[in-house]
Amino acid sequence: MDFYYGMAQLIGVHTLLGLSAYVVLLTGQVSMAQAGFFAIGAYLGGMLTVLSDWHIVPAMLLAAVATALVAAIVGFPALRVKGLMLVVATLAFGEAVRLFWFNFDYQVAKGDIQVGPLGGEGFKQIRFFPENGWTTGEVALFIWFWVVLVMLALWWMDRSRAGAVLRAVGEDELAAQSVGINLTSVKVAAMGAGGFIAGLGGAIYAHYTTHIEHSNFGVVLATFAIAYPILGGLSNVLGTLIAVIFIQGVLVEALRFLGDWRNLLFGALIVLAMNVRPDGLFDARVTRLLKRLLGFKADA
Amino acid sequence: MLEVAALSKHFGGVRAVDELSLAVREGEVFGLIGPNGSGKSTTVNLICGVFPVTSGSITFAGEDITRLAAHRVLGAGIARTFQNIRLFGDLSVWQNLWVAQNSLDAKRSEGLISRWLGGARRGRAATEALLEFSGLGHRSGELARNLAFGEQRRLELARALAARPKMLLLDEPAAGMNAEEVGQLAERIKELKAGGITILLVEHVMELVMGVTDRIAVLNFGKKIAEGTPGEIQDNPAVREAYLGAA
Repeated sequence: MDFYYGMAQLIGVHTLLGLSAYVVLLTGQVSMAQAGFFAIGAYLGGMLTVLSDWHIVPAMLLAAVATALVAAIVGFPALRVKGLMLVVATLAFGEAVRLFWFNFDYQVAKGDIQVGPLGGEGFKQIRFFPENGWTTGEVALFIWFWVVLVMLALWWMDRSRAGAVLRAVGEDELAAQSVGINLTSVKVAAMGAGGFIAGLGGAIYAHYTTHIEHSNFGVVLATFAIAYPILGGLSNVLGTLIAVIFIQGVLVEALRFLGDWRNLLFGALIVLAMNVRPDGLFDARVTRLLKRLLGFKADA
Repeated sequence: MLEVAALSKHFGGVRAVDELSLAVREGEVFGLIGPNGSGKSTTVNLICGVFPVTSGSITFAGEDITRLAAHRVLGAGIARTFQNIRLFGDLSVWQNLWVAQNSLDAKRSEGLISRWLGGARRGRAATEALLEFSGLGHRSGELARNLAFGEQRRLELARALAARPKMLLLDEPAAGMNAEEVGQLAERIKELKAGGITILLVEHVMELVMGVTDRIAVLNFGKKIAEGTPGEIQDNPAVREAYLGAA
């Protein structure tokens, strides 16, 4: 049973990561910085519970807010560039964040052991869950509470005017400006919202693994983050969830026997999927089909 | 209403617009014509803040809008359409109008959050009226990219009107239209004029320009070569030469 709880935790956290990239992708920006934001949330959240003895919920929320601020600040200069240049700029930022934590030491004595981030050795002993006697099942439930909350919020946002504005910017910046949309504020807002979600996911991640280190937050994680919404399509938030389940639940587990070759196959599969289904695995047509199969009335 | 004074735009060594001066009066339909590459669309883009101007000034309703950011030009009261239709294809017809409702009178009185998120109730009646006016009432839920060409043109005009502008810049609105559609467009422009909107019409289709405009300016190589009523322009030898290449 613990295997499935572990799976559920992983899928939940990666869904948050994917959704953080989804929001930014709606405005047409491919951000490779989401793993960096995730790392900021993970370290800050962990430091608040371990070093300051906070409860996990306020720790997560503060970490998420702080990450959102960093993301918004990064957003201003980064969003002046577009397309491939933005990919490079955000990638560089993500790596800078990773290297910051690689060099960051801040340890304090707690009882007879030293706790806190210790550079390359990572940040161990993020033991809020075990210390408070949470079972794996309870942790999984806790994670999914937040995943559902974020998905509902984004679902509602998607259907409000804000969602239409984000998509309008993603489709045609010149036309969006001509109807009075301020591109900078929309993109920075999307970046900030994405940062908040990534920070939230990172803080949760730090606590369920109990041990984080800089190498968790490299280019591979950044690639996963952006691959989820691209594979899932931008029709709605469910696409991202399904893509995470597909990649983490099906591919990673089913292809485990391939060993190191597995990562190569991921790349190939993503390239294949983007060629075969350029609007994502779950585009508007498939979504409609699924809705009909599940008995929802298909709307236009 | 709109005053363009000694406006120039150089792209490298090319003078796309060269010392152009225009004065569009409130409530009139002003035509801007000229051969391909004469600087008509560049002029529209300069007024809308898409490119920075090289020199000169643009004043609208007494306000200097020369260096206004592109998204603020609408707030000043100027909306536009594009030569090659630029709708939000993956948004529905309704959503295309919804995002464009940066309504001028609502702008100041409402909080940032409600303007950003809401406006559903406030805008609904106005949007429905606009859809009816554009003959798109039955297409409200359709994705914009699935519309027929003529419908897309009408939607783009409706989107420009959604913010209730004082002035419209129409950049070749009749491009690709058949004679019947051009006739409908002419009626629409007259209705808008009757409704008090000032219009700058950039166009190639002469029957439209001659039929609906009050005054016309003719551009060639970025310079104004003539200005006058449609009748005067038709009889102007310099205009004939620019268009036909012979005196």
